[in-house]
Amino acid sequence: MNLGTFQFSNSAKKLNSLLIIIPMVLLFIGVYGGLMQTLFRAGIIQSDPFMGGDYYKGLTIHGVLNAIVFTTFFAVALGNALIPYSLKMNLNTKVAWTSGILMLVGSIMAGVVMLMGEATVLYTFYPPLKAHPLFYVGLTLLVVGSWVAFFNWIPMYLKWRRENPGEKTPLTVVGMFTTFIVWLIATISVAVEILFMLLPWSLGLIDEVNVMLARTLFWFFGHPLVYFWLLPAYVMYYSFMPKLADGKLYSDMAGRLVFMMFVVFSVPVGTHHQYMDPAIGSQWKLIHGIFTFAVALPSLITAFTLAASLEYAGRQRGGKGLFGWITKLPYFDKEKWFFSYLISGLIIFIFGGISGIVNASYQMNTAVHNTAWVPGHFHLTVAGPVLLAFLGGSMYLIHQFMGKPVKMKGWTLSVPYIYTIGVSIFSWGLMRGGLLGMPRRTNTGASYANPESVLYQPDWMPYIDITVIGGIIMFLAIVIFVVAFFATVFARSEVTAEEPKVTFPITAPLHNEPSLWLRNFKPFIIIAIILIVLSYTPVIYDVLQSTYDGSLPYSPNSPVPLR
Amino acid sequence: MDKSEKMALSLSGMLLILFFGAIMYAAVVEDIQVPTCITDMEPFTSDTLFQSGPETYELQMVARMWAFQPSTVRLPVGSTVDMYLTSQDITHGFMIENKNVNLMAVPGAVNYIQVTFDEPGEYFFACHEFCGAAHHTMAGRIIIEEEGAGTQMGALQ
Repeated sequence: MNLGTFQFSNSAKKLNSLLIIIPMVLLFIGVYGGLMQTLFRAGIIQSDPFMGGDYYKGLTIHGVLNAIVFTTFFAVALGNALIPYSLKMNLNTKVAWTSGILMLVGSIMAGVVMLMGEATVLYTFYPPLKAHPLFYVGLTLLVVGSWVAFFNWIPMYLKWRRENPGEKTPLTVVGMFTTFIVWLIATISVAVEILFMLLPWSLGLIDEVNVMLARTLFWFFGHPLVYFWLLPAYVMYYSFMPKLADGKLYSDMAGRLVFMMFVVFSVPVGTHHQYMDPAIGSQWKLIHGIFTFAVALPSLITAFTLAASLEYAGRQRGGKGLFGWITKLPYFDKEKWFFSYLISGLIIFIFGGISGIVNASYQMNTAVHNTAWVPGHFHLTVAGPVLLAFLGGSMYLIHQFMGKPVKMKGWTLSVPYIYTIGVSIFSWGLMRGGLLGMPRRTNTGASYANPESVLYQPDWMPYIDITVIGGIIMFLAIVIFVVAFFATVFARSEVTAEEPKVTFPITAPLHNEPSLWLRNFKPFIIIAIILIVLSYTPVIYDVLQSTYDGSLPYSPNSPVPLR
Repeated sequence: MDKSEKMALSLSGMLLILFFGAIMYAAVVEDIQVPTCITDMEPFTSDTLFQSGPETYELQMVARMWAFQPSTVRLPVGSTVDMYLTSQDITHGFMIENKNVNLMAVPGAVNYIQVTFDEPGEYFFACHEFCGAAHHTMAGRIIIEEEGAGTQMGALQ
């Protein structure tokens, strides 16, 4: 499948470059916050030396900018790149710019109120902690902007299907549409939570909110959110990685099956974040747990398919024997620097996936829920494979859309390896501490990790200290990346006779079955909706029927309600 | 799909079924439960601890910014406690170290779990959901005493 090159309009190129560069700045602010959090937790600092404020303000900024803002921008930019490229159709740039501007305005709004300390509610913004109304408005604009980007692609896809009857939709397009179908379904519930509950409540139009209902609506969104992070990385794993290793995708059908399974099982799983919550029957929690195992299946298929694709590539490159192919992959080939971002992420994801199964395992969640184990786990997913794939993707997109040569290739290639060492140490510390009961989202440096405090917990200390070491290594890796990234952005353009065209390393399939039953999203969306209704109706019923009081808004600084 | 793919798929499926079997075993045979929806408990706003049977106690605990009430609980070894937890203001979290107790304290709802203390000693607990500026100071302990000691609750010293 050689898709060749495609000529994007200048306006589309400019937009896509901006959608990468601006969030990179925001990501770096968030990453700085992350480093500070490890120092706070170890008691090395008591207030942020640059941004001011306490641990929790920094933690809010870290979570929102890195996990929500950066990821959403990148997913939109990747879709804006891959959909026109794969379908050979131009974007409607007016709609695309509208989406970009909405996202930008929203992110800046939320960013400013967070920096002012008016929205220290963490990225889950559980009521009755109340943020400034502009925090909720900002997040809404970000989400609506991403919807607009998606709505821009739908007519392109439908037109392509009409004009190419009987042809398989390119896998990149299937992957990006899966990402945004999951996102659209999931964000509807958080839109309801924000627009009908939190925003009018923070403006004082309504007095009270039902906290359990808000939590349930949040997690309806919160778990599929992780697939919204993961799926663009999967798109790059399936489409780019085998090609970068001079191989083929082992099975095209496996890729399509995986994406359709994500459409079906991504959403009816959210209650597994609420195993320890009141007001939801444990039998419904168990059903969400079973669906969570179902959604682990596509990731296990992916593990097989990608390993088989890499084995094929390694053998093509002269690898012999049972494991000889592993040594033949281009880990240190500067011209294939992108490969290192994808392969390191995949290795980290083995541990992210296993720890995720632990979290989902019903009673076993008792041992880890809200302990430091949980951030340990998700730094091996969203801050592991997702972050690295998105960083590599950002560099590649900038290189293509701005027509700039990638600078500092040796350093660029080494970033994922350095980061992998850092995040392994960091997450091991958090997870090990979590198993001892060390809570997440807690400024341990001011109490549990302070030898002067009556609450001092000496047995947590080694694990808190080790996260500082891991955190510093992770931070250094990102600093190197950001330097190389901006060196590329400000590099002299590659001089060519004609306008530079955009190209992507798209992999051809080794086994290419017709897979007719996987060609249409519609039946899978219908199954997904049925499962969502069946799995969430009893949960919402339990919540509404067993909660008794609404909640007034609170500031994080006082036990007295704000009105 | 070729042979190796089919094998990978069936192995993955079997692995997940095995995990699910382990969950069911823990639930049915070992009787390890997660909190469920309870409707037979009246909402409460202050803390109470009383003996409900020869070796059973009922504890109604209130979480608030930034303390658990009670923050120290003394019970004799072998006690089985029916633990009810709610919040008076915002969301808090509660987990007893070395025990299968992990509860969210959510305003407007009562959470419940039963726990038995077979070993004497101090069981530390700390709030594990962000609850504002002094979240990291919200903690307490359950002290399980050898035979002969009484029950008591109070503030953390």
